Amino acid sequence: MRENSENLEEAVSIRAADKVFNPDSDNEVQALLGIDLDIKEGDFISLIGPSGCGKSTLLRLIADLLVPTAGEVKVFGKTANQARLDQDYGMVFQHSGLFDWRDVSANIELPLELKGWSKADRQARSKEMLELVRLEEFKDHYPRQLSGGMQQRVSIARALSFEPRLLLMDEPFGALDEMTREHMQVELLRIWRETGTTVVFVTHSIPEAAFLSSKVVVLSPRPGRIHSEITVDLGDRTDQTREDPEFFQATTEVREALRAVEAG
Amino acid sequence: MKNRRVASVLPPVLVGIIGLALWEGAVTVFEIKEFLLPKPSSIWARLIEEWGVLRHATWETGKIAISGLLIGILLGVLLALITNRFKVLNDGLTPFAIAINATPIVALAPIFNVWFGLTGTFSNQAVVIAVVFFPVFINTAKGLNEVHPNEIELMHSYASGDWTILREVRIPNALPFFANSLRLAAPLSVIAAIVAEYFGGPQDRIGNVITSSAGFAKYDVAWAAIAMASGLGLLLFGSALVTERLSMPWRISGDIKDN
Repeated sequence: MRENSENLEEAVSIRAADKVFNPDSDNEVQALLGIDLDIKEGDFISLIGPSGCGKSTLLRLIADLLVPTAGEVKVFGKTANQARLDQDYGMVFQHSGLFDWRDVSANIELPLELKGWSKADRQARSKEMLELVRLEEFKDHYPRQLSGGMQQRVSIARALSFEPRLLLMDEPFGALDEMTREHMQVELLRIWRETGTTVVFVTHSIPEAAFLSSKVVVLSPRPGRIHSEITVDLGDRTDQTREDPEFFQATTEVREALRAVEAG
Repeated sequence: MKNRRVASVLPPVLVGIIGLALWEGAVTVFEIKEFLLPKPSSIWARLIEEWGVLRHATWETGKIAISGLLIGILLGVLLALITNRFKVLNDGLTPFAIAINATPIVALAPIFNVWFGLTGTFSNQAVVIAVVFFPVFINTAKGLNEVHPNEIELMHSYASGDWTILREVRIPNALPFFANSLRLAAPLSVIAAIVAEYFGGPQDRIGNVITSSAGFAKYDVAWAAIAMASGLGLLLFGSALVTERLSMPWRISGDIKDN
């Protein structure tokens, strides 16, 4: 389905990007060094690495929530800043970031409200999104009344509500229990297939990266550099895939890359 | 739902009734002198008898407590919004506000009389305002500030500016903090108004009724006045709770779903 992704447009292109926190001070930290990364449209990319490798920082450079100290970040051929202003991406965090005071539909409609959509359009879209994440019957619930997995599904629905071509996810399933997590992974792949959105996914879970991604980007810590890029092709994935030898093969490959990183 | 509400109201009502009965019984059985502790029944009788005076005195005190409460809330919220906008102000003012809030502000009542005059009610009102202002300011400022960083990042991802973030995130986030400060400030306003009365201002209010009745050994009237003052405190506390319920429907937590 996505084998022809080579012919598609570049979603993200990063050239020689560095990120230094607190430059010229005692707490100066070189978070990222010489990052070159291309992400094709329709790809599902995971960023993985030991804690402190700057994977979340890299995601924030793409999101223009942080500005690189040196180098260039392009999103759909524009500067990252322009892409943010044009709302070319949706974002999902580990902390669902749902607002307690808005019910499920109102949370999903927030970005649409800010864009000035009419009430009727907003309602129609939030209904579609609730169908996509299969939470139709919870539209009037408040976030506190939902489980962690359901909250993350609402968060994904909100991020996709304005149909961005890029979805940035920062350890979105990190706080979920293992069974919910695996279920959410299958759901996310279905949503990815149905919407055709490009996904950049930060995780510290090896099986998660291997299961979800078309490409796993392994980062090394202090300073964060790209150690290797591992292409994975597991085709159509179901829960059964987790018991396939190909899946075992992919996790082994990612694990060995991470061990090499740790060995320094 | 209805049963649960009844179940939550029933125990305190029962305890209250049993408490009053024990009080009445103890005073009778142990022959406690009326000036030490009158029976609830005689306090009630006096309350009915002196209703005209008590009602007027409670109303006068209530006016000062409520107006001071409202002005204190307004000033506290305003300053919280201003300091949230300017980080320097927030960092500079908050430690002082917390320190002042920890001091007994009602002790300033005699000083306020010197500053604002003994004749009118303003110096009493000023005590209430000061007592209400600090907890409201400190808590509201905290609520405006303590927003999860992801929520701010999310708003930036929507290309939202500071005003939108204030309206959509910070203010609703501060509501529960504000409500907590109201629960503190509402009964405090009555305490402050009464204590301030002891130091000056017009002499027709509930604090004056308490002191003068006690002075003339009319302890049952003093107790009736205390009951009125408690009623006023409870009324304001209750209004704070109702405001909280109405302004934050999402806080009435439902059941947690699995999966």
